[in-house]
Amino acid sequence: MPLYKQLSSLVIGLSLVASPVFAQTVEEKGLEIAKERKARDLGWGDSTSQSEMILRNAQGQQTVRKMRLKSLEVANDGDKALTIFDQPRDVKGTAFLSFSHSTTPDEQWMYLPALKRVKRIASRNKSGPFMGSEFAFEDLSSFEIEKYSYKYLRDEQLEGQEVFVIESDPVDKYSGYTKQISWIDKVHYRPLKIEFYDRKSSLLKTLTFNDYKLYLDKYWRANKMSMVNNQTNKSTDFITHKLTFNTGLTDKDFNKATLKRAK
Amino acid sequence: MKMIKPYTLLPLLLLSTYTMAETQITVKAAIENRSFLQSAQYQGQHDNQLSAFIEPEIYYSWNEEQDSITFKPFYRWDDKDDERSHGDIRELMWLHVGNEWELRTGIGIVFWGQAESQHLVDVINQTDLVEALDGEDKMGQPMINLTLVKDWGNLDLFVLPGFRERTFAGLDGRLRPELEIKQSKALYESSNENHHLDYAFRWSHTLSDWDVGLSYFNGTSRDPSFVANQDGQTISLSPYYAQMEQVGVDLLLVYDEWLYKFEGIYRDLNNQNAYIATVAGFEYTNVGVFESVWDIGWLLEYQYDNNDVIKQNDEHNALMLGTRIALNDVDGTEILLGYVLDLDDSDTQTSFIEASSRINDNWKWRLDAWFISSETPSNNLYSVKQDDYVQASLEYYF
Repeated sequence: MPLYKQLSSLVIGLSLVASPVFAQTVEEKGLEIAKERKARDLGWGDSTSQSEMILRNAQGQQTVRKMRLKSLEVANDGDKALTIFDQPRDVKGTAFLSFSHSTTPDEQWMYLPALKRVKRIASRNKSGPFMGSEFAFEDLSSFEIEKYSYKYLRDEQLEGQEVFVIESDPVDKYSGYTKQISWIDKVHYRPLKIEFYDRKSSLLKTLTFNDYKLYLDKYWRANKMSMVNNQTNKSTDFITHKLTFNTGLTDKDFNKATLKRAK
Repeated sequence: MKMIKPYTLLPLLLLSTYTMAETQITVKAAIENRSFLQSAQYQGQHDNQLSAFIEPEIYYSWNEEQDSITFKPFYRWDDKDDERSHGDIRELMWLHVGNEWELRTGIGIVFWGQAESQHLVDVINQTDLVEALDGEDKMGQPMINLTLVKDWGNLDLFVLPGFRERTFAGLDGRLRPELEIKQSKALYESSNENHHLDYAFRWSHTLSDWDVGLSYFNGTSRDPSFVANQDGQTISLSPYYAQMEQVGVDLLLVYDEWLYKFEGIYRDLNNQNAYIATVAGFEYTNVGVFESVWDIGWLLEYQYDNNDVIKQNDEHNALMLGTRIALNDVDGTEILLGYVLDLDDSDTQTSFIEASSRINDNWKWRLDAWFISSETPSNNLYSVKQDDYVQASLEYYF
């Protein structure tokens, strides 16, 4: 038997071992994991919360941002959110309304209380920092399946938990990222860690999810999300306090009129 | 068992409503120093003005925020110009929120429009002109405002009793014409003078990428013309407030990193003239320039009207170029540079810089500078051509 035939049969043999029983591609498996992640988070309805962001520079100096959030789940599309800023005091009363969408650009408005003016925001500025933090606007918008294409990479253990590691490539060319690598736990399909790669495909930021709590017996929320910028060593902790579901918010609480009277 | 008398429940009931109530107090205050870079054009003017203002706001809400009262007084003190030392109630408003409607009763400020270089459709409030040259500071307007929040958009209906007079610099102040404008000697077309009952409405809606507004106003014009009057040896100017009707359109289109903006008005000043005015342009935002987190916005707006009072219904054209730089840093540093060129009197130009940044959670610095040049005596800006200034402010927020 010629050598190349032996080699090729070896390769075929190896690939048979590596593929799952039903021939599922890595793309299909990645999408399946993303769909399960979304499916497990459907039906949460609406929520309110108080949050703070702790911004740290490379020297460890801290600055605190405080805000209140109102969120509404929208079936088959991105969520609606109203954010009211409380600190720093010069932006107190500034409010931000966003309708995120799965396939079309998000709609965003900012209310500036000093001018009593509602300003539309160019929807493509999603890659910009949110309030000077290490979170970009797109990092905080709701997770929608259609926003990425997926690739299953491998199974792993992360801090004692069995996880899927998947790659998500943003579909939107205005995203600040070329890819994201997510560690999703196999039991609850919660993200535990996400790495963000910049437009040059080098590691930009790492997000870790901590203090997961279960709400309404079904929905897991990380009450602390820590984003570290691997290139500048700056970091931001996004901490959620007083998260409440079933608050009675409806579509009527998310429009330009409610934005103008947000206090 | 003894029956509980209803009134014994009352304190309990009150207590429960109190627990739903919420009070928020905020304060904005600043000290500002204005240095004029050229020698004064008129007698009595100074080269430096020191000034300070305070603007507290008390917000009290009850009934699960369906009812609220906001009280926002304002006072500015100026060391040179007594006319600039002034107070105002910016807001004293009771807001009641119903199902698909909101009712505002009291004194307040309303903003209409989309453009940056000119606010044509924005006619509800009087401009507090001594505050800033850009005319963006407004005075509290008494109003009853019903807002209908519907699927087909928001409809605002206004009844506006009472009129506020524009503020003007006094003889000791810069940024004024040669003759003193006597705010207190205002003249009105209406025999009801400053008690004319004005009304207005605005429909506004978002249609996917479009934000659309359509407005109508009927009442006393907020923009005065001037009448000379002689008082013994001195000649001064009296503001004259005509009656007007105005129809306005404002549009905004979002397209990728572009915002296209348009405002247009048709203003009919009953006994004088009628004219149209438009401002149209765009804002393009470049996110994350030079591989940084900086955003740079480019603004271009073209202004047109056919209400050149001096040249009698001649046309007037101007162009505004601007750039807005947001550093997106922890201190929220922002810089806005602008340049306005009068296309009819090309020797008349205005440039401005606005920059600000936080010092900490409560303090902020701000720098404003204006540079005005004109060699055309008939141009409105000729009288302030020597009034280039740099203003440094230290602001406090609580």
